[in-house]
Amino acid sequence: MDYLREHPDRVWELTRQHVELVAVTMFFAILIGVPLGIVITRLRWLEGPVIGTTGALYTVPSLALFAMMIPYTGLGRRTVVIALTLYSLLAIIRNTVAGIDGLPAATLDAARGMGMTGTQRLVMVELPLALPVIMAGVRLSVVAAIGIATIAALMGVGGLGRLIFDGISRLDSDRIIAGALAASVLALGADWSLALLGDLLRKDTRASRGWR
Amino acid sequence: MITLEHVSKVFTSGGQTVRAVDDVSLEVGAGELVVLIGPSGSGKTTTMRMINRLETPTGGRIIVDGRDVLTLDVVELRRRLGYVIQQGGLFPHFTVADNVAVVPRLLGWPRRKRRERAEELLALVGLPPERFADRFPRQLSGGQQQRVGVARALAADPPIILMDEPFGAVDPITRKQLQRELRRIQATVRKTIVFVTHDIAEAFLLGDRIVLMSEGRVVQDGTPADLLRHPADPFVTAFIGEDRGMRALHYTSLAELAAPAGEDAPSDGLALPGTMTVLEATRELGLRGATAGDGIWVTGDAGERIGHLPFHRLAAVLGETLAPEQSGPDPSASPEGEPSDGLPA
Ligand SMILES: Nc1ncnc2c1ncn2[C@@H]1O[C@H](COP(=O)(O)OP(=O)(O)OP(=O)(O)O)[C@@H](O)[C@H]1O
Ligand SMILES: [Mg+2]
Repeated sequence: MDYLREHPDRVWELTRQHVELVAVTMFFAILIGVPLGIVITRLRWLEGPVIGTTGALYTVPSLALFAMMIPYTGLGRRTVVIALTLYSLLAIIRNTVAGIDGLPAATLDAARGMGMTGTQRLVMVELPLALPVIMAGVRLSVVAAIGIATIAALMGVGGLGRLIFDGISRLDSDRIIAGALAASVLALGADWSLALLGDLLRKDTRASRGWR
Repeated sequence: MITLEHVSKVFTSGGQTVRAVDDVSLEVGAGELVVLIGPSGSGKTTTMRMINRLETPTGGRIIVDGRDVLTLDVVELRRRLGYVIQQGGLFPHFTVADNVAVVPRLLGWPRRKRRERAEELLALVGLPPERFADRFPRQLSGGQQQRVGVARALAADPPIILMDEPFGAVDPITRKQLQRELRRIQATVRKTIVFVTHDIAEAFLLGDRIVLMSEGRVVQDGTPADLLRHPADPFVTAFIGEDRGMRALHYTSLAELAAPAGEDAPSDGLALPGTMTVLEATRELGLRGATAGDGIWVTGDAGERIGHLPFHRLAAVLGETLAPEQSGPDPSASPEGEPSDGLPA
């Protein structure tokens, strides 16, 4: 605890770096994962290959993945962002597909029957209704990415992992605890605030929960 | 307006084939309300869904407004066809007003006009807009949701409306009210309506024509009077059920029963228009009390006598149609397709 008390600025700076890294990662993961999920619901044959590949990637230990990528993308931020994005894709793609698949058939029938085009159906009906499930996937990915990003400190990209690895090399358990604690709090906080955001975005229950 | 020519639909799922609709030919004229009725699984919904192309026929042709639906733009076609979906199918994340106004929104109506239209229609289906417009579907009962579904189908004022058991989840009293409302709408704006129901009373109340389906086929297609007086087979009789006699009287006019007056017909007596039904005539007789003569003079449009209906003949008709039939074993399966109970005669 002493380290936290003595160097709040340092911990804060590393936390900021950590958040930034995860945020950039999630930006790409959502940008790629949600559209891919949507495409899968239209072109079903893609499901096996895409889920299979991202699933396999998910099982590769992060340190190994970093190491494998270094020859191609170098030692640094680029590698870390790509690797973290690949890890995040699985949950986001899978939940996008599940969210859209799980919509009541009658609702989708109505959307088609009312004369919505494919795009209108997607934007007006499918995505808004699948959003809670997609958000759940994002939460899962964010929490995992915050954890994996600590290891990324080995790649020289900063973040809370720095504290942990510094602590290990200096045999300073205070630093290790400070880093681990900050990362956990960050993960919990992210999870909680994304859950809250998800609730705010849910339109169909707002009124019944006394909102408005 | 809508023509089905030898339309079939075969579903194939998991190696199994279901002949949901089997060589159905059907015509729905402009301004006509045609009821599709039949036991569960007889292909009513599938038939309807092929009209707005939610299903593609595996055989035959469907023509709307003179054009094969397969050649029309599917989105445009659907916006011209109002559709009330069997299970409601409201959008859970839209308010009731937004649900009603969804087709106007797709058609690009300005916001204010959409809102006005939604409120107007909610009032029409008995949901006061000030109480219901801003709720979400899950805050409504099943019957209320169905009414929103009906309002939604009417929103863009489509010339053709497909209604799949629109009043199925509504209580009998509201149902009567909605049926009356639909008749009123129909009397003023004359939509072309295909209406699916399980309820034979509803079919007789609303249908200009009734199409009775069973196992994907049309068993009989005719006016309510046709079905009552000339049932095509025992299945039709069984499906129409016990009230058949009562209903028949409702559809039988005096003109149909009157015979040319014989030599001995008295010249005096009550005169009633030929368009009056037998039921109305009996009520009329009851109200008038004792009348001269031994029958009714039936008159034409200009008030001229077109025939005479002696009381004994009227009594015979009432007796024949209302008295319980000399029925042997049930002629066919019951409308629900259950086997008859097989008691010895
Ligand atoms: N998508 C589908 N795949 C396979 N079979 C189907 C499908 N849709 C309908 N069927 C079958 O087609 C037949 C006719 O179904 P349909 O829904 O048209 O009946 P219905 O007359 O509307 O019945 P209900 O009164 O119960 O609504 C049924 O045997 C049904 O199981
Ligand atoms: Mg049906």
